[in-house]
Amino acid sequence: MEEKTSQGKKHLILSILSPIMILVIWEVASRLGLVDRRFLPPPSKIAVSFVAIVADGALFIHLKATLFRVLAGFLCGGIPAVIIGIIMGLSGSIRALIKPLIVITYPIPKIALFPLVMLFFGLGDVSNVLIVSIGVFFPVLYNTLGGVTSINRIYWDVASNFSARGLKLFLTVALPGALPSIFTGLKLGIGMALLTTVVTEYVGAREGLGFMIWFSWQVFSVGEMFVGIVVISLIGFVLTTLIERLERVVIPWKV
Amino acid sequence: MPSAETLGEKKIIIKGLNKTFTTGRQETIALMNIDLTVPSGEFLCIVGPSGCGKTTLLRILAGLESATSGEVKIIQDNQGLPLNAMVFQENSIFPWFKVWDNVAYGLRMRGISRQEERETVAYFLEKVGILEFKDYYPYQLSGGMKQRVSIARAFANKPEILLMDEPFAALDEQNKLLLQEELLTIWEQNRKTVVFITHSIDEAVFLGDRVLTMTARPGKVKAMADVPIPRPRSVEELKGDAQYRDLTKQIWHLVREEVQRGV
Repeated sequence: MEEKTSQGKKHLILSILSPIMILVIWEVASRLGLVDRRFLPPPSKIAVSFVAIVADGALFIHLKATLFRVLAGFLCGGIPAVIIGIIMGLSGSIRALIKPLIVITYPIPKIALFPLVMLFFGLGDVSNVLIVSIGVFFPVLYNTLGGVTSINRIYWDVASNFSARGLKLFLTVALPGALPSIFTGLKLGIGMALLTTVVTEYVGAREGLGFMIWFSWQVFSVGEMFVGIVVISLIGFVLTTLIERLERVVIPWKV
Repeated sequence: MPSAETLGEKKIIIKGLNKTFTTGRQETIALMNIDLTVPSGEFLCIVGPSGCGKTTLLRILAGLESATSGEVKIIQDNQGLPLNAMVFQENSIFPWFKVWDNVAYGLRMRGISRQEERETVAYFLEKVGILEFKDYYPYQLSGGMKQRVSIARAFANKPEILLMDEPFAALDEQNKLLLQEELLTIWEQNRKTVVFITHSIDEAVFLGDRVLTMTARPGKVKAMADVPIPRPRSVEELKGDAQYRDLTKQIWHLVREEVQRGV
């Protein structure tokens, strides 16, 4: 047991060490002029831009706009995906009815729909969130569907033997049986939400981290650009961690 | 139609049962002309070579599979109680429910009151000796404990008949013997009609009032043997019992013929 915790500590130190090493090498390389300082300013410089953007309140505005789109899109895409996924998993005929539509629309890069969506809804959050929702919808749907259809047949037999039907069948077999896969889908979905949010903000927004990155490219403010990238990765990290926490609460039987 | 008197004594009536599986153009006859009557309160064991259709027979009784032709009837003595409950081979308890919720499953599906659920579930968890594990998830249990949950779940639903599909096949020898004895103890207190399927002739003779031997596919009734060994039975006593030895030997001869025919 003790050996295990000391092993764990060692791994923790190693996993903190690797990003720090990269930062140090980057800093030194940039200061010594081994890399182009205009494109790769030293991390200390980026930290200075970070403080500046936080101080003038700009970062907060961008962060808020992005977080709203990510979360709204995640919910608007994820919730229907789980429901439709389970219904498709339960009913072979509904699956046969809907599956072709899903298969045909899935490979379309969601961003390719953005101009079309903007024709309908104009420039603004509705268009952004809609694209994000579509991006989230597919991975969550596929994983939910896969989760339901791969539930061991014996559990359906048991449910049938004990006369479980309708809503009770849904709540006692389909939903709990599919939950582990649903969470896999949600984790992929949150990544997709971040990706689509940032890209829609490049062209279709006046605020947001994606806009911030794009704008700082246009005005060649590389430090700010890096701040945007770092904050986005932090959002991704925090949201994924939150989902993993939730997963442990909702699926206590999973080892 | 059977008369009223005989109806009360018969629990399961199977007449001319046939079952054919069709995959593509190929037809497989799983069961052929099965005639079988099981009296109320009997413990019937069915043995036979692998693939002889004994599980199919059980699944038809459970309503999980339909007969191709013939009659299958379970006599209902208590309106409102379920016709059957099945104990499956292994890992049939829901991994997402705690022990208690697994055992309460049938009651909840029937909308039984919480009060009755508390009494019934606690009673049967106590009977199989795992009441203290009621808040455990299945992954925290051993194979033997999981099958105890499965047995308690079936009994708790108070079915007219109990169906058991090789419930102890995956257990180690010691646990198997323990569970066989425990099953008999619970059964002797409740006297449900049981149809028990097994590979093990020892198990069939130890548990059953009668042992039915099936032929290799297509599954037919080959022989029916009475087990006149008095109850309560215990494993230790039986091992030395001459009657027990003769019966197992006799049934083994029947099964061996079929296994060899099937090879």
